[in-house]
Amino acid sequence: MSQTVYMMPNAPAPSRGMRFNPQLCTGCNSCVEVCPTDVMMPNPEKQKPPLVLYPEECWFCGACIEECPCDGAIRMLHPLGQNISVNWKRKDTGEYFRLGMKNPPPPNTTPPSGGR
Amino acid sequence: MTTWNEYAEEHGTLPEWPYPIRYEMESEIAADVLIVGGGVAGCHAAISAARQGAKVVLAETGNAKRSGAGGAGVDHWHGACTNPCSQVTPLAYTQACMDSAHGYTNGIVRYIVCNESWDTLLECEAMGVQIRDVHDEFKGADFRDEATKLMFAYDYQNRHVIRVWGFDIKPRLYSEMERLGVQICNRTVVTSLLTDGGRQGGRVVGATGINMRTGEFYVFKAKATIIASGGAGRLFSFAPEMTAAGTMSNMNAAGTGHAIGWNAGAEFVLMEQTGPGVLAGFGYAPYSMGNCHNTYHGVSIVDADGKEVPWFDKFGRQLQSVEERFLPGPGQPFHLGPGIGIAGYLPQYHVNDLTADLAQRIRNGEFKLPLYADLTRLSELERKCIWGMMVGNEGKTRIPIYDTLGRGGFDPNKDMLQAPVMAPENYDVSCFWVGARMPTVRSMGAGGFLVDWDLRTSLEGLYAAGTSPVFGAGCHGESHTMGRYAARKAAAYARTRPHAPIDRRQVEAQKALAYRPLRQSKQGVGWKELNAAVARVMSDYCGRYKNEVTLNRGLSLLRELKENEGAAAYAANPHELGRTLECFSLISVGEMVLQASLARKCSSAHLDFSRLDYPQMDPVEWQKLLPIRQEEGRVAVRELPLDFHLRAPYAATYEENYRRVAAASAGRS
Repeated sequence: MSQTVYMMPNAPAPSRGMRFNPQLCTGCNSCVEVCPTDVMMPNPEKQKPPLVLYPEECWFCGACIEECPCDGAIRMLHPLGQNISVNWKRKDTGEYFRLGMKNPPPPNTTPPSGGR
Repeated sequence: MTTWNEYAEEHGTLPEWPYPIRYEMESEIAADVLIVGGGVAGCHAAISAARQGAKVVLAETGNAKRSGAGGAGVDHWHGACTNPCSQVTPLAYTQACMDSAHGYTNGIVRYIVCNESWDTLLECEAMGVQIRDVHDEFKGADFRDEATKLMFAYDYQNRHVIRVWGFDIKPRLYSEMERLGVQICNRTVVTSLLTDGGRQGGRVVGATGINMRTGEFYVFKAKATIIASGGAGRLFSFAPEMTAAGTMSNMNAAGTGHAIGWNAGAEFVLMEQTGPGVLAGFGYAPYSMGNCHNTYHGVSIVDADGKEVPWFDKFGRQLQSVEERFLPGPGQPFHLGPGIGIAGYLPQYHVNDLTADLAQRIRNGEFKLPLYADLTRLSELERKCIWGMMVGNEGKTRIPIYDTLGRGGFDPNKDMLQAPVMAPENYDVSCFWVGARMPTVRSMGAGGFLVDWDLRTSLEGLYAAGTSPVFGAGCHGESHTMGRYAARKAAAYARTRPHAPIDRRQVEAQKALAYRPLRQSKQGVGWKELNAAVARVMSDYCGRYKNEVTLNRGLSLLRELKENEGAAAYAANPHELGRTLECFSLISVGEMVLQASLARKCSSAHLDFSRLDYPQMDPVEWQKLLPIRQEEGRVAVRELPLDFHLRAPYAATYEENYRRVAAASAGRS
């Protein structure tokens, strides 16, 4: 608890856009290169994940993830205000679920149609 | 560590700008055909022009590999009237669009698209886009043709809307551009068109632009130019912190092409048409909520107790089965399908939908909120097609919805996806994820460049392609098709003309404007504050209701923003510089919308246009187009009949006009 406390601006948006897994991300910056709105910038330290500089310009298209060569290195994070709205109800049991809940049901791993 | 805030907190220092700074450095880039905007229209235009042998340069604000409204994917392709299964002729489809829009759409584009969108889709297939059920995943489905393996949406009988696996359509176009040697200038904000002698209304001979990463200044020199840029999504509302996740129009949509065309003296029509800003992003993540519209067309909606909401056709007949939802009923020659840039449909062409009095039935307690989309009530193939084929390939669905909800545990075979909980009146449009309507937020309608049968604008050397820049133009497939067509015409023109000299004074003036935000006092407003002010002026003074006084005040206030706060706006780096310059594009588009609104001295139900001082709805004498342009800095308005495209100097029929233009450039891309 003895770290230096800085004057920091609030986060620019009530969303973060995406999260990098530093164990999987190689810092190749393919996502940076392809992002339509330049949300991310290359990290000044080589081989480190990019920095999310403009999260309010992210329109959540998923291009960064589709371009990423390391599966799982980037996860899209919809704004919490939207995740909390994505709810579903299991028809047989009447259970309620929501996106991002604490103990979610097992993932549905069916790949999309088309086999790619 | 992921965010800037985390970096700053960990290091106690700020990261330096990662790209080389090249302010004031100028490069000249020459092309036969310059394309402004690298969305699907621009990329397909680049491919088409390059195949005609032209040297092509494409300037794009983002990265053309993934950018643009269509960059995030596509799941269905409209107007493919010449596909082998289609039961609709190009003429019948075009007429249905014209009649549904009461003449206020683009007959030229509709007819060209109906004749060429299937050919254009075949080109995409040749580039590697899957357009058929090649893995036989849907064998035996009502919506599949067994011989061709094509799959259809909305109207399974008439088969003119094709379901496609288009999640990767943009990277495939991009590869083809690279293979053909197109010079792609990513991260470029185009700031002006250059004209012959620097004269407004003269032949377009190039453009200027700024690199949003380095600040380098570009002078593009071109024999022909195609505007293929996006709409002005930031014009009437600006709150990206809240809306970016919910919109189908990203931050780059600043109306750049409209603005530079307007300032160069090109003619525009229907800029006065705006609509309720339902896609302005104040709702939910697109396709993330239960609904039965568009991609989800045909899904059963049930209430909190599992009671199903009935479906009807637009003549008020209740449908008895799920299968009927995908078929035209008695009195309906075919369904047009939503999302083709038409404000309303005649009942004979309108898709089937939920009961029209759903809001009332929610109010009186017949249906209990929340509502759910119950995909389990569909056949297995239909469910698998909507969730996995459509959701999975449509824009902003593969990662944002299919992958994200799948990871979260959503299973369409077992689960019902909840619709937003809203005031009852908001359920009268079955695209529930757009959320509650914001009365003060408008969005652009069908307005755009006036084009001829060559998709040439009123300026020599300047062509337009794409849903946003061309008036009354359609959707994703239409954008590809227009790009492909306009590029044939532009390349043919470029073959006949040498480069014109660039007017140096025009370049220097643009350069001074482009770098002005870097030279300001840091006390000047930033681009976001400026953008929000533009949006406030537009939503207040050019909102749903307007009159001569409010429109003129709006013009004065925009001028003040341009000359005072805008002229003093400060940008700290090339990114902010690009966004600031886009704000000036927004001001130009705003001026155009206000001027067009002043020119139409009537109200119009067809255009959702309310003049409080001219309340009469659609009087016969005002049922016309009102092309506007700038001439020596002053606004000039003329009149054009709604069927101008079938009058002199054009031929009297669609077929004859199309034959003539096809004959004029026999080469096909």
